[in-house]
Amino acid sequence: MNIVVCVKQVPDTEVERTLRPGDSTLDRVSVDGVINYIDEFAIEEGLKIAEAQGGEVTILTMGPEKAAESIRKALSMGAHKAVHLVDDGLAGSDALETSLALAAVLQSIGFDLVILGSESTDARTGMIPAMLAERLGVPQLTLANKVDISGTDVSIRRVSDDGYSVVTGSLPAVVSVVEKTNEPRYPTFKGIMAAKKKPVQKLSLADISVDASSVGLANAASWVADFAARPPRAAGVVVKDEGDGGSKAAAFLAERKFI
Amino acid sequence: MAEVLVLAEHSDSGEVKKVTCELLTAARRLGSPSVVWTGSGVEAGVARLAEFGAEKVYVADSPDFSGYVVAPTAELLASLVASASPAAVLVAGTTEGKEIAGRLAVKTGSGVLTDAVNVTVGPDGAPLAEQPNFGGAITVHSVVKAGTPIIALRPNAISAEVAAGAAAIEPVAFTASDAAKAAVVSDRVITEKGERPALTEASIVVSGGRGTGSADGFGIIEKLADALGAAVGASRAVTDAGWYPHAFQVGQTGKTVSPQLYMAVGISGAIQHRAGMQTSKTIIAVNKDAEAPIFEVADFGVVGDLFTVVPQLIEEIDKRKEI
Repeated sequence: MNIVVCVKQVPDTEVERTLRPGDSTLDRVSVDGVINYIDEFAIEEGLKIAEAQGGEVTILTMGPEKAAESIRKALSMGAHKAVHLVDDGLAGSDALETSLALAAVLQSIGFDLVILGSESTDARTGMIPAMLAERLGVPQLTLANKVDISGTDVSIRRVSDDGYSVVTGSLPAVVSVVEKTNEPRYPTFKGIMAAKKKPVQKLSLADISVDASSVGLANAASWVADFAARPPRAAGVVVKDEGDGGSKAAAFLAERKFI
Repeated sequence: MAEVLVLAEHSDSGEVKKVTCELLTAARRLGSPSVVWTGSGVEAGVARLAEFGAEKVYVADSPDFSGYVVAPTAELLASLVASASPAAVLVAGTTEGKEIAGRLAVKTGSGVLTDAVNVTVGPDGAPLAEQPNFGGAITVHSVVKAGTPIIALRPNAISAEVAAGAAAIEPVAFTASDAAKAAVVSDRVITEKGERPALTEASIVVSGGRGTGSADGFGIIEKLADALGAAVGASRAVTDAGWYPHAFQVGQTGKTVSPQLYMAVGISGAIQHRAGMQTSKTIIAVNKDAEAPIFEVADFGVVGDLFTVVPQLIEEIDKRKEI
């Protein structure tokens, strides 16, 4: 089976992130890039399916040169090869444009199963898996915390706030997984060494026949008009519990009319 | 005045979700609200839609909406966008609402703004969405430059306001295309049938963290939540440890909440957690570490052992109920 796992490099969520004043895009340079946390579950799911069903896992990343670090990490977990869509024209693309470019790559390289994390920790739109299913015209098997494959049928548990649905579709399909779907493996030393020799194919917009006028910041359908740091919250009152902490908290709740 | 499409969230029996009333409130600022009702139950729900200002209610009563994953809903919305030329389409900013928005954006070549906490009319007359980025550290105002603006509004972010509307029902004949029937829903299992309000819609959320120490210890969070009629949330440390189900995780990964009151109990308040709760209106923190970053965002904080502070707090709340 030809499994493609989409992996995004995002700024580390453990540090403060900001937008660049010039063009209101994410400052990706000044912070460390890491694999989007939820994508690690997508990689693991792809590897598990390939181990059970046979086949190969290809990592697909769209992003600047720097994203190559994250591609290597995904390869060191055990993925077989990677495709890196890298083109200056893509900078600042919104979800609509990103899905256009990713769908073009997927159509060009071919796939049986596309797996993504349910959302990224930077933009958090949560739309890319659904947009890809729409663009590719394949079943949308998203928000899964369990994936079962039997022949060409894919069945998932789609999580909701109060439980889950069982959803089924046929390959080729797009699957998105939520966090804690599985236990992502850590790269082994052997895996890290092997990753250095694994093929990474670089593609440009021209390679996938996507016109530069349909992607990038200047052509985005959604546009940041302005942004500002949220005003810091007014300093609150902090009391030390001296046997009356609960009562004081209750008094605060009563004063604010919560009780 | 141009129509503004509002996708209703409702139960099969027609109970209208609070977020739909919030969407109607926002839609009234942009034009004439037209609700899009998928599936059954509109007879039971229409009065509430009228109460919050719906002028028109498009009803597509088809089993396809619950039988297949989101694609039929996007297809219906796309056909209404074509026929009604609305000024905007508003959907609930839930995981499923955002998927619908995404597919609709592709179908109509439109810009989409997710996770909006407010919608107003911008300087050029087009909708302007306010979005907190990076968990609320930055506030962004965004507009749509192409197609019909599609906006996913975060539940609980704006207050629903009553305003009478005609809520004239307009049936829509709808059958999903074969392409929209590719992901078949064969079963639906309810595992959380609790009495508590939904986490993202609750006006009070009580969350517990590592400080609760164990699954048993976490029970105190549920007790406090029940005393306040609140929803229960948990930090990643808690769900990672398996003390509470992942569906209740609040944070950068997990749910984003903006309740009137957020109580963080035994939560240190790492960026990961603050990203999911710092747009809450009032924040109370209880933590034994006076240096915990959660106190930087708290309106009221108690430095102390949660196992002595919280029982006393519950007792005080119960006492006030008796008065």
